[in-house]
Amino acid sequence: MSDTKDSFVTDAAHTVPADKEINRRDFLNEITLGALGIAGLGSVAVTYQFFSPNVLFEPSTTFRAGNPDLYPIHSVTFLQDQQVYIVRMPEGFYAVSAVCTHLGCITAWHPEHELIECPCHGSKFKDDGTKVAGPAPRPLPHFAISLTADGELLVDKLQIIKPAQVLKA
Amino acid sequence: MASTFHSALQSLRETKVWKSIFRRGPANTNRTRSLAVFGNLFLHWLPVKVREKSLRVRASYYLGSISFILFVVLFVTGILLMFYYHPAAPHAYRDMKDLQFVVSSGVFLRNLHRLAAHLMVFAVFWHMFHVFYRGGYKPPHEFNWVVGVVLLLVTLFLSYTGYLLPWDQLAFWAVTVGTNIISAMPVVGGKIRFLLLGGNIVGENALLRFYVLHVVILPLVAFLLIGIHFWRVQKDGGLTVKVKDDDGKG
Repeated sequence: MSDTKDSFVTDAAHTVPADKEINRRDFLNEITLGALGIAGLGSVAVTYQFFSPNVLFEPSTTFRAGNPDLYPIHSVTFLQDQQVYIVRMPEGFYAVSAVCTHLGCITAWHPEHELIECPCHGSKFKDDGTKVAGPAPRPLPHFAISLTADGELLVDKLQIIKPAQVLKA
Repeated sequence: MASTFHSALQSLRETKVWKSIFRRGPANTNRTRSLAVFGNLFLHWLPVKVREKSLRVRASYYLGSISFILFVVLFVTGILLMFYYHPAAPHAYRDMKDLQFVVSSGVFLRNLHRLAAHLMVFAVFWHMFHVFYRGGYKPPHEFNWVVGVVLLLVTLFLSYTGYLLPWDQLAFWAVTVGTNIISAMPVVGGKIRFLLLGGNIVGENALLRFYVLHVVILPLVAFLLIGIHFWRVQKDGGLTVKVKDDDGKG
């Protein structure tokens, strides 16, 4: 009675050390649980893949902003379709995001205050995107701006650059 | 007249069809009444006996029942609204406007759905506060309290996903703001937002995803949890009643 466990073990099992003993039921349970675990992880992975679209029919993040002459010096122009401000200052051009860094509302340029203001929660920014007021945690980012071969402005909204970088006019 | 009706009912009860549906006799004793509840799919998870004190208005203000009735109203009106709604841009907004101005009873159903949704959020919150202040979360009710909290969250998710479906400016910006709150979560926030919207912007994919969540997935989860919630009320020994109301007479 001191070793009841052994009474269930076949002779073959006695050939392995006692601490490594495993009976058939436990072995099969572990194999099955292991297999189910691997299958479960696999299904999580394919479910994640399924729910991540491979092709998006969203507007292009790179766009042409027209001829530089369209923008007078000392001007802030809001491009509504792209949600970007094209700012032209004496030192050159820069493209500032119009999407508020707080919760994603579209800001508006208020020439009378010379500020970019968010209608949702009242964040305020200067025309170079630096934060003046409000709950926004970060300044508005600057997007890469360059010239195409035929001399038009080209903005890439996926490339965020340092505010110090401007496109010389 | 009454006796004619009574004898008609009596002869109906004698028919083979009636007896095949309701296998028990008339529920005229406590035992047969209990058996009628036990033997009915729609009633069997309800208690066969209820203490009188737990039926008093003060015991619950019927807030759970009110929440459930609102859920049923939302279920029925929601299915009816689905007959006139395409979850795609630009149809979604036009369908919503059609429901308001063109479809017969459309504005009634839409407003019933909308107002019942507002009321349900209110009722579920009130229910939770009432249960909390009554100490209804204490043993043996801990599990049902947790189920209730999940049901509150499901109610809020249902509200939130339904908010996008009119596809108007209010919907668009509410979901833009809401999903940007999600992306503030460390590490996984951006990914969760991407999966929820099916893209980087609140577009057609987002509308379809919110629609499927709103009309299929969340109602199924809610239905399952409501079933467990009701059943556990009985299994955990009924409502928690204030000590001073517990006069032992119940």
